[in-house]
Amino acid sequence: MQLRVLAVDDSKLARMVIANAFRRLRPEWTLLEATSAEEALTAVAAGTVDLALVDFNMPGTDGLELVANIRKTHPEMPIALVSANAQNEIIQRARDLNAGFITKPLTDEALAAYLTGAALRLKGSGR
Amino acid sequence: MTSGASQFTEIEQDALAELANMGVSRAVSSLRQMVGQEVILSVPSVRVMSRQAASSLVERSGAKKLVGVQQSFEGPFKGKALLIFPETQSLELVRSIVGDQHSLEDIIDLEHEALAETGNIILNGCLATIANVLKHTMRMSLPSVIRGDGDTLFEVDGEGAGEQFVLFLYIDFSIKNRDIHGFIALLMDLPSIAALKTIVHTFIGDLEKQAVGHVG
Repeated sequence: MQLRVLAVDDSKLARMVIANAFRRLRPEWTLLEATSAEEALTAVAAGTVDLALVDFNMPGTDGLELVANIRKTHPEMPIALVSANAQNEIIQRARDLNAGFITKPLTDEALAAYLTGAALRLKGSGR
Repeated sequence: MTSGASQFTEIEQDALAELANMGVSRAVSSLRQMVGQEVILSVPSVRVMSRQAASSLVERSGAKKLVGVQQSFEGPFKGKALLIFPETQSLELVRSIVGDQHSLEDIIDLEHEALAETGNIILNGCLATIANVLKHTMRMSLPSVIRGDGDTLFEVDGEGAGEQFVLFLYIDFSIKNRDIHGFIALLMDLPSIAALKTIVHTFIGDLEKQAVGHVG
């Protein structure tokens, strides 16, 4: 199954790290990048995104607000919040929005585990 | 800004901000465990600026009297890391850690130790993450508590002491339901800024090489 993944992070470095991890783990998938919540919402609205990885600490709209916005139209899309800020409240808010949580610095193991689970969920839902 | 080697490119500045963000975010997860309340962080900012400008920035919160926990770090680059907040909030921070049931006397007794320990956990956590990501080792001194205005906190000892510019990498934080806010700052003199620039440049170069390697 080939999926289209949206990586949302204001940091170019962070997007480079994600892109490199994808080339190692899922080279056949398509990776789209957004540098802000606004860009991310545009990509999601265009219907070109199956799964999203969202940074938490971004200028303007933060990652959790973005996830809440995406949820209004895409209640089932697999989304993970990606952050080094692993405070209970933040992980809980991600859970409340039916989103996963991946810790930064990103490791291949953590990303691979999330992507495998997400791909299975999408397959199960008949995409 | 100053000349030559200490100028960071946009991607280097981005990398430093992301490193700071990761370091501080992981460190505040520890602070959250200590204070039992969520810690809210700003988006990080990285700038090479005069020490004077850095000191006015932390005094902008209205408090001229500050308390800082500082730790020196040394490795391929060196400098000092500071956890800073208005002096008036210092006891409130201690209270949030040890609990509201303690008397003011107890809190005052515990202040120095609690501040040093808080600083130690946050600053070590922050620098350890940065050092690990950059794959370098850094040695940290023991924490010391200093009081004074911004200028006192931002004094740099040693060779670079005469330099007018510092790398000021800061994030401000606040603790939910408590009147506590502060800054985390990393200060480096010009020779260290140049060394850090080289390391960050190599780090980004390695990421770019990986990307090219996979395309080819």
